[in-house]
Amino acid sequence: MADTEAFIVSLVQMRPGQKGKIVEINGGYGLTQKLDTLGIGAGKEITKVSGQLMRGPVLLQHNNTQAAVGFGMASRIIVEVHRKDKK
Amino acid sequence: MGNPNVGKSVVFNRVTGTSVIASNYPGTTVEFTKGSIKLGDRRVEVIDVPGTYTLEPTCKAEQIAVEMLNEHADGDVVINVVESTNLERSLNLTLQLLKRKIPAVVALNFWDETKHKGILIDDKKLEQILGVPCVPICAVTGEGVKQLVERVKEAKLSEYDYEDEERWHEVGKIVEKVQNITHRHHTWLERLGDASVRPLTGIPMAAMVMFLAFKVIRFIGEGLIGYVSEPLFEKLWMPVVMKLSAVMGSGGFLHNLVIGQLIDGEIDFGQSFGLLTTGLFVPIGAVLPYVFAFYVVLSLLEDLGFIPRLAVMVDTLMHKLGLHGFAIVPMLLGLGCNVPGALATRVLETRREKFIAATLLSIAVPCAALQAMIVGLVGEHGLGYLAIIYGTLLAVWVLLGVIFNKTVKGESPEIFIEIPPYRIPYMRSLLKKIWIRIKWFLKEAVPFVLLGVLIVNLLYTFGIIQFIGKITAPVVTRVLGLPQEAVGALIVGFLRKDVAVGMLIPLGLTIKQLVIASVVLAMYFPCIATFTTLVKELGVVDMLKSAGVMIVSSLIVGGLLNLVLP
Repeated sequence: MADTEAFIVSLVQMRPGQKGKIVEINGGYGLTQKLDTLGIGAGKEITKVSGQLMRGPVLLQHNNTQAAVGFGMASRIIVEVHRKDKK
Repeated sequence: MGNPNVGKSVVFNRVTGTSVIASNYPGTTVEFTKGSIKLGDRRVEVIDVPGTYTLEPTCKAEQIAVEMLNEHADGDVVINVVESTNLERSLNLTLQLLKRKIPAVVALNFWDETKHKGILIDDKKLEQILGVPCVPICAVTGEGVKQLVERVKEAKLSEYDYEDEERWHEVGKIVEKVQNITHRHHTWLERLGDASVRPLTGIPMAAMVMFLAFKVIRFIGEGLIGYVSEPLFEKLWMPVVMKLSAVMGSGGFLHNLVIGQLIDGEIDFGQSFGLLTTGLFVPIGAVLPYVFAFYVVLSLLEDLGFIPRLAVMVDTLMHKLGLHGFAIVPMLLGLGCNVPGALATRVLETRREKFIAATLLSIAVPCAALQAMIVGLVGEHGLGYLAIIYGTLLAVWVLLGVIFNKTVKGESPEIFIEIPPYRIPYMRSLLKKIWIRIKWFLKEAVPFVLLGVLIVNLLYTFGIIQFIGKITAPVVTRVLGLPQEAVGALIVGFLRKDVAVGMLIPLGLTIKQLVIASVVLAMYFPCIATFTTLVKELGVVDMLKSAGVMIVSSLIVGGLLNLVLP
C-alpha cells in the first residue's frame, strides 16, 4: 500500500492502542507455551493496551482476553504493524 | 474445571449451596473444596478445583486441578465452566478435557455479559459439534444453574477428535461456526479498565484507591468499636460479669481465670485478663470491627477486578524484591490474616518466589487482628507513632526483599497474568463472601484467643513467665529495652498476636517501648496457625531458614529502634 508501510517491531516498541499481527515468539518453549494457553501465538491479531514506566509489564489484548506480560517477555514477542509513513 | 477466573467457585456455590470464596481475579481458588448435591435420589460429590489454562500445569494451584482430574478419571463427570465472552480461549481447555475421554458437561458462564458485549453464541450448534451438553448460565444470579444440574445426567464421552498440534486451529474452526460478533461501543467500565493500567492515570488511581481503602477501613472499624462493640460490652456485658464476679467472691484462682484481676474493684476489659472479660473482648470487641471493615473493602476491590491491575502497577517495584506484581495478592490477603496469605503464595511459580513471599509476608505484613490492637493501644498516643510502626515494617519489607533478591538462589520469572474486565460486584455474592470470612475469623480466632488468655493465667500463676523473663532479660531488656515481663507477650504471641498486644497494656510501657514491642511482635515469628500453614507450603527446610531470618531481623530492627528512638 502506498500510505502505510509494514514494520517489524517487538511488543515493547509498539505504541499504546496500536494493533498488529504476531510474526513470531522469540522465546523458548516455556514462553510460547504460556502465551499459547491464552490463545496468543504467531499469526494472531493483538492490540497493545499499555506499557508501564521503567521497563514494567506490557498489557496486550487478543479478542476479549487482556493479559499483562513482563517486559522481557514482551520484547520477545515480535509483531508486524502498519503505520502511516512519516519518516 | 475451567480456566482461571471463569467463575467455577460461583457455580460450585450455586450448585452445592456451600460457601467458598470467589473473586474477580485469576487464582482466587488455590485448593480444592468438596460439596455435594442430590441428583435424583443419589447424593453426588462435587469438587471445586483451581483454574487452569492447560492440562500441563505450570504452578502448584494448576497442579492440584490436574491431579484431581487424574484421580477421578473413572466414572466421574467433569463440569467444564467456560467464559462465554472468551469462548476461543476457554475451548482450548475444553478440547483437552474431551480428549481425556471423561464424560463432560459444558457450562457457558457469563451468558448475560455476552449480550452486552455484542457476542452471539449458538449453544445448540456448539453442543452438536462437541457432542456434550452445553448449558448457558449466569452463575452469580443463578440463571441456568438448575438446567445445568439436570443435564449433568446427560454428560457423555465426546466423539470429537483432533490432532494436538492442530488444537488452536480446531478451536478457531468451532468458534467461527458458533460465534457471531456484532460491533459495539466501549462501555465505561472498559474505559475505566484501560485508564487504570496506563502509567499516567493508573498510578494516581491506584494510590487513591489504596488511600481511600485505608480511610474507609479506619472509618468503619473505629465507628463500629465506638458506637457498637464497646457500648455493647460496657453496658450489656459488664453488669453480667460483675454479678458473676461477686458470686465468685471477687478473687481467688478460679475467679482470676474466668473474670480476671479486678482493677480498683472494677472489671477492665483490656486489662483484667479473664476468659469472659478480656478473652471475649479482644476478638469480638476490639478486633472483629477492624476485621469486618478490612474484608468489606478487600472483597469489594476483589470483585471489581482491581487486584490484577494493582499487580501490574506494582510489578516494577516487586521485581526489586525478587518477586513479580502478582505477589501483591498474598500480601493483601495477609493484611487480613496471614493464613490465607500464606496459601495464596501457591500462585507463584518457583520455590525462590514462594520463600521470599512467605518470609516477607510473615515478617512485615501484620494481620488485621494485630493491627487492630496496635491501633487501639498506640493510636491514642498520636498518629505519628503509628506511622513509625507502619513505616518501619514497610522499610523492613522492602529492605529484606532487596537482600533476598540479591542472595536467594533460584529464578523469579516475570509477571504473566490475565487481566479480567472490571465487573460490577453482585451484592449477594459480595455479602456472602464477607460473611464466609467473618465466620472463618470467629471460628479460628475466638478459641485461640481464649486458649491464649488461659495460658497467660497459668503461666503467671506458676511463675513461668517470671522465670523465662529472668533468663531472657539480657536480650529483652538490654537489646530491646523492654521490661522483663514483656517476654510473656512474646511467648503468647506465638499463639495469638492480638492477645500478646493486650498483655502489654497492664505493663504500663512508655510509648517508645510500645512502638518497639509492636514492631517486634509483628516480626519475630508468625502465629501458630500461619506457622503450620507455612511448614506445609514451604517444607521444613525453607521454613527453618525463614524462621531464622524472622528472629534475627526482629532483634536487629527492635535493637535499632531502641537506639534511635528518643
